[in-house]
Amino acid sequence: MSTYPLLSLAIWIPIIAGLVVLATGSDRNAPLARMLALFGAVAGLLVSIPLWTGFDIANGGMQFVELKTWIPRFNINYHLGVDGISMLFVVLNSFITVIVVAAGWEVIQEKVAQYNAAFLIMSGLMNGIFSALDGVLFYVFFEASLIPLYLIIGVWGGPNRVYAAFKFFLFTLFGSLLLLIALMYLFIQSGGSFSILDWHKLPIALGAQIWLFLAFLVAFAVKVPMWPVHTWLPDAHVEAPTGGSIVLAAIALKLGAYGFLRFSLPIAPDASQELSGLVVALSLIAVVYIGFVALVQADMKKLVAYSSIAHMGFVTLGFFMFSAMGIEGALVQMVSHGFVSGAMFFCIGVMYDRVHSRQIADYGGVVNTMPKFAALFMLFSMANAGLPATSGFVGEFMVILGAVKFNFWVAFAAASSMVIGAAYTLWMYKRVIFGDVANHHVAELSDINNREFAILGVLAIGTLWMGLYPQPFTEVMHASVTDLLRHVAISKIQ
Amino acid sequence: MEMQKLYLLVPLAPLFGAMIAGLFCRVIPRWVAHTVTIAGVAVAFVASVIIFRDVQAGHVFNGPVYTWLTSGDYKFEVGFLIDTLTTTMMLVVTFVSLMVHIYTIGYMQEDPGYNRFFSYISLFTFSMLMLVMSNNFMQLFFGWEAVGLVSYLLIGFWYTRPTAIFANMKAFLVNRVGDFGFILGIGLVLTYFGTLDYATVFQKAPEFANATIALFGEGSSVSLMTATCICLFIGAMGKSAQVPLHVWLPDSMEGPTPISALIHAATMVTAGIFMVARMSPLFELSTTALSLVLVIGAITALFMGFLGIIQNDIKRVVAYSTLSQLGYMTVALGASAYSVAIFHLMTHAFFKALLFLAAGSVIIGMHHDQDIRNMGGLRKYMPITWITSLIGSLALIGTPFLSGFYSKDSIIEAVALSHIPGAGFAYFSVLAGVFVTAFYSFRMYFLVFHGEERFGKADDEHHHEHHGDHDDEEVAHDHHHGLAPGQKPHETPWVVTLPLVLLAIPSLVIGYLAIGPMVFGDYFKGVIFIDHHAHPAMEHLAEHFHGAAAMGIHALTTLPFFLALAGVVVSWFFYMKRPDIPAAIQRRFSAIYTLFENKYYFDKFNEVFFAGGARLLGKVFWRGGDVSVIDGVIVNGSTKLVAMISTVTRTFQTGYVYHYAFTMIIGVFVLMTLWINRA
Repeated sequence: MSTYPLLSLAIWIPIIAGLVVLATGSDRNAPLARMLALFGAVAGLLVSIPLWTGFDIANGGMQFVELKTWIPRFNINYHLGVDGISMLFVVLNSFITVIVVAAGWEVIQEKVAQYNAAFLIMSGLMNGIFSALDGVLFYVFFEASLIPLYLIIGVWGGPNRVYAAFKFFLFTLFGSLLLLIALMYLFIQSGGSFSILDWHKLPIALGAQIWLFLAFLVAFAVKVPMWPVHTWLPDAHVEAPTGGSIVLAAIALKLGAYGFLRFSLPIAPDASQELSGLVVALSLIAVVYIGFVALVQADMKKLVAYSSIAHMGFVTLGFFMFSAMGIEGALVQMVSHGFVSGAMFFCIGVMYDRVHSRQIADYGGVVNTMPKFAALFMLFSMANAGLPATSGFVGEFMVILGAVKFNFWVAFAAASSMVIGAAYTLWMYKRVIFGDVANHHVAELSDINNREFAILGVLAIGTLWMGLYPQPFTEVMHASVTDLLRHVAISKIQ
Repeated sequence: MEMQKLYLLVPLAPLFGAMIAGLFCRVIPRWVAHTVTIAGVAVAFVASVIIFRDVQAGHVFNGPVYTWLTSGDYKFEVGFLIDTLTTTMMLVVTFVSLMVHIYTIGYMQEDPGYNRFFSYISLFTFSMLMLVMSNNFMQLFFGWEAVGLVSYLLIGFWYTRPTAIFANMKAFLVNRVGDFGFILGIGLVLTYFGTLDYATVFQKAPEFANATIALFGEGSSVSLMTATCICLFIGAMGKSAQVPLHVWLPDSMEGPTPISALIHAATMVTAGIFMVARMSPLFELSTTALSLVLVIGAITALFMGFLGIIQNDIKRVVAYSTLSQLGYMTVALGASAYSVAIFHLMTHAFFKALLFLAAGSVIIGMHHDQDIRNMGGLRKYMPITWITSLIGSLALIGTPFLSGFYSKDSIIEAVALSHIPGAGFAYFSVLAGVFVTAFYSFRMYFLVFHGEERFGKADDEHHHEHHGDHDDEEVAHDHHHGLAPGQKPHETPWVVTLPLVLLAIPSLVIGYLAIGPMVFGDYFKGVIFIDHHAHPAMEHLAEHFHGAAAMGIHALTTLPFFLALAGVVVSWFFYMKRPDIPAAIQRRFSAIYTLFENKYYFDKFNEVFFAGGARLLGKVFWRGGDVSVIDGVIVNGSTKLVAMISTVTRTFQTGYVYHYAFTMIIGVFVLMTLWINRA
């Protein structure tokens, strides 16, 4: 195991790089800002990879642990560590950061330094969220990460960006406040500890557990987002620039889901079992109801945003079946969704950059002018529809199969996404890509350039790799998921 | 060890070809694309032959290639099961695929998507091989969806044609409905058997023969095997186009003809048949499920045959014939005659691929006019196509001694001996189907190859009426459609006719050669399981069998032979002698004709009920749920509430010092009152 503080590096390298980029100032130095940003992002990725390669798959506990006193008066520590549940997300986040910096390369021409700085800082903060083991540290990262995303939507977004940014901010802030109260309660109950790992062991009466669970549920459900607190997401996606949408879909949505595994299940296991029916019901609504909503969207970004919500429904469904297949399937679905939804939003961005429209009706016959793009977009669309050999299949397959054991009709409802998901994705693909050239905008399209091809190519390799050989992704999860399930099975009521 | 490398080579060789032709389709010249893909499939075919002989020598293989995924106690592997059922499918797939590859050189000659097409059909071959060679349900599902994907890509190959891109989406979605059932079936298998490995599941199956699950709440109990088998069969219904999930197959004819032969006749659509045969140890445990299989198959066999009678597009006639024949295979499965189903699958693959490719040859000869009303007398101009078509048609209708006869007659006999619920109806359907098959097949045959030459007429109204999508097609291809006045059809080049001849040979003889070992011998021993006690049809059938020659001679005196003969004669009389009769019948029974013409209104119903319903539901959820209630009332409502409160409270902040001073005085007064009263 490495002696370097890898997690700190993964957090602070992007943040410092972000500050340096910020220092380049005005757009006169834009090329320098881009190069520095790319350098910082790649450095962040390079320090994250050893987390995976050096990961001990037999160990279900925390690895790469760092512990330093931060605010001794309140027993708050700078406590970091990753287990099989969180490690992949640090790597995924660092990877997506590189993609995002590359995605904005030629597209963003205004406030370039600030734009890239916002993404880099956010990347560091997100890594902090996934590796914080101290309640306060977690909360600080969790809240701080809102700010860059808020700015990205509010500054570089579309015409209705202010409404979207506010809606996003208020929704998530509302959830966070309940989280803060829950953390305070736990601090007091535990006799003055902010250690999340201590909280896992804390005995709590059922009544209190239920309140804690509900506070966590609101905080994390907004982030996931679960029905009915999902309406901020389509607005935020529509207004966000391409890079913002990629991060939002690929990483930000995972924070809520991660919270369920780090807080809700281990801290309030009895309440989790008690209220699992509620979460399962909300998840199925997300899968079915949102699927139908996605079907009728006229705006491509909205369509993919709704499909994200449906896919995240699989994640929460998988968590609350309390089986290894369910939880691992959900985690795989989260990673896969990072690749696939990121790629889908990038594809839409590629078209938007050329035509300046996201309306399906403004396209048609894109394949005639952009054949390379059409082929890659097909791959990601199929992944979005959960086709085997793509990553999109693995998680859905595991969750559906796990669900049959849980309850046949739950599986029945979840499996309906096989039809609905294919319907909305392929119908959009058909209307946008196939057919005769619809108008002069489409006729004038130029196929993807090398930069765009490289980004989509890398994401395509990730998608196929995970679909054809998911074992490296799941084997790191086993020990931690087994520990978690064992933990959840033991009552905390005394 | 040596053989295992060979097993891997079979699917990987076509995959390699597909990747070369696909990834570099814009760079490499045409000859590279077709050479590399044909070489890949040829290697796969030769390797399949070697493996076939090895398996005949008794070397069955079942083992993993790599571990795909582990989760909890479950392990999912990619692996091969190489037994006689697998090798049969491998031979059929690689041989037909090879023929289609060669044929494509001629058929797609003028198409700008030449390289892409070769890439797709090689990718299809890979996927189909992975499907049949699988040793577990997971990989089966992989291959299952992968062939669906390639089918989607190929139906929509001419992506500027609105009908094609509608048809491919429809095909994918209808197949997904089947897969929806299929994956639930796989889930049930995993839940109760704890593994997806065929061998373990089949071995454990008898333990679960009487197991029940409470599917509809506490107290209700449904047989586990029935539920599982019905779920799995729903998957088969999608892929093998059984009523009511058959609607995609006729539309799939929008794809180029070579893939209609390969995918939508010979191989992919038979995946469902293969799957049920593979699962025979499970299906044998549920007579209820078998009854369902039998009845669905019988409905498909007869009612889809009827629709073949009124089609005028040469490819659609063959498509409905395929649907009907898939129904026959399904009937055989339902009657527990799994080996017969696979036997018919094999013979059908040869003669139906032949018929499709011959139809394609006719289409080339007719300069892409597909309407049989514009043909006639083509035997003079296209002799090889004519002879091979005749062989294919004779095989299809079950002429004694030809391949289709042995398989179809065995199905009819097996159903006659079956006694499970629905067998009576199924027997009637398959018998009536014989007449119908002969009638539509020879209606097409006579209209195309015999009689008056109706092509090349200047004012051709049928032509324009039937091919409304021509304008779009013309964008993709740069050749005209139909023959110009005075122009004559021509025989197609050797790359087209050679596959016809090579397919005609097995269409003639394979039945005679294979029926003994395959249906009545030990060929499928240990592969296909039949509970002879519960479903004795096959056992009784075997008692009546005294060799292929005797069977052929005996058939000359039986009902199916006369029905087939009647079908041929009636179609000859109707379409050669008295063309006014069909027209009169059509007028007389216009209600039935309308029903047929609208394909029993399945498409209409799906369009209104499912597609329309889903869109309506989406609108209601979106506009009603998300926009009105959640955003309108809850989200914006609460911001409005906040705004309202702040509007009210804002009035307190007037900015006048004396207002604030006054408030302060009141505050102080209140506090002092409280403080004084405290004591």
